Amino acid sequence: MIVRIMGEGQVKLADGHFAELNKLDDELLEEMESGDEPGFRRTLHALLDKVRELGTPLPDDALEPSELILPAPDATLDEVRDMLSDDGLIPG
Amino acid sequence: MSGVMKRMGMIFRAKANKALDRAEDPRETLDYSYQKQLELLQKVRRGVADVATSRKRLELQLAQLNKQSSTLEDQGRKALALGREDLAREALSRRAALQQQVTDLETQHQTLQGEEEKLTLAAQRLQAKVDAFRTKKETIKATYTAAQAQTRIGEAFSGISEEMGDVGMAIQRAEDKTAQLQARAGAIDELLASGALDDSSGLAKDDIQSELDRLSGGTDVELELQRMKAELAGGSTAKQAIEPGQGTPQAQQPQDTPRFDKQ
Repeated sequence: MIVRIMGEGQVKLADGHFAELNKLDDELLEEMESGDEPGFRRTLHALLDKVRELGTPLPDDALEPSELILPAPDATLDEVRDMLSDDGLIPG
Repeated sequence: MSGVMKRMGMIFRAKANKALDRAEDPRETLDYSYQKQLELLQKVRRGVADVATSRKRLELQLAQLNKQSSTLEDQGRKALALGREDLAREALSRRAALQQQVTDLETQHQTLQGEEEKLTLAAQRLQAKVDAFRTKKETIKATYTAAQAQTRIGEAFSGISEEMGDVGMAIQRAEDKTAQLQARAGAIDELLASGALDDSSGLAKDDIQSELDRLSGGTDVELELQRMKAELAGGSTAKQAIEPGQGTPQAQQPQDTPRFDKQ
């Protein structure tokens, strides 16, 4: 599966790694919903590090659409919440 | 999976189909495709060159064999002339073996020539196709760039593209805030003007108060004028003695052209 880290690029991940990543991903969602900024930041970085560690970076000229997308490392909780709000990334 | 990753991915797919991923830029795809075609063309050309080289090598071998063959023929003729039939037979049998090789090589030569012609034709056709693709690619790229320029502003503001996402959101937030403040200011002004809201600062006034102020202000001016007139009438002599030539015109100015209207 191709995963994009916003502002960073794409990595290819074997499906077998997703169980591990899902845990962090669900944790991240919980922290986001509860407004736990420090926890959110910690988990986001852990998740991104894991993706970078387990994945193989795709070359810049690779023509692969991303199946999963992760916020940029410096994204704040509010920004991510905005992105995931009803309006999504594009208002309307 | 229901976390952030999945939701963001879904939002991207559902709402950002138009998002122009840098890696998915159609112009890059076209250039990549063109590059691949050029590589293929290069391979075909290399193939043509290889076949042509083999053909030339065969031609050299054939020329050499033909030369050897004619030498053996001469040798046979000379041997016969000298009465050495055995030698002549040897020479002719060697020549016969050479002739067989020549025939084989000629067959190979013909095959290679046919192949070379086919490859040359294929290379020419491919070249024409690649040229046509290049023209089309440049046209598409130009059209795409123009379309992209048109949509870029919209994208920047709506945060469609990944790069512009954050900027777009910041701008959106700033715009929302400005609009909100403007709306709020407008609403407060209206409420204050209608008297529905009291102005705690005491700066804004309702219609009635404004009119009262205007009227009383007018009275103040009249009173002030009268006071000044009385002053001038009573104390002009004394003032002139202290400041000759200055007091009268200036002191009379407010009477002729009132400068302030307290409304």
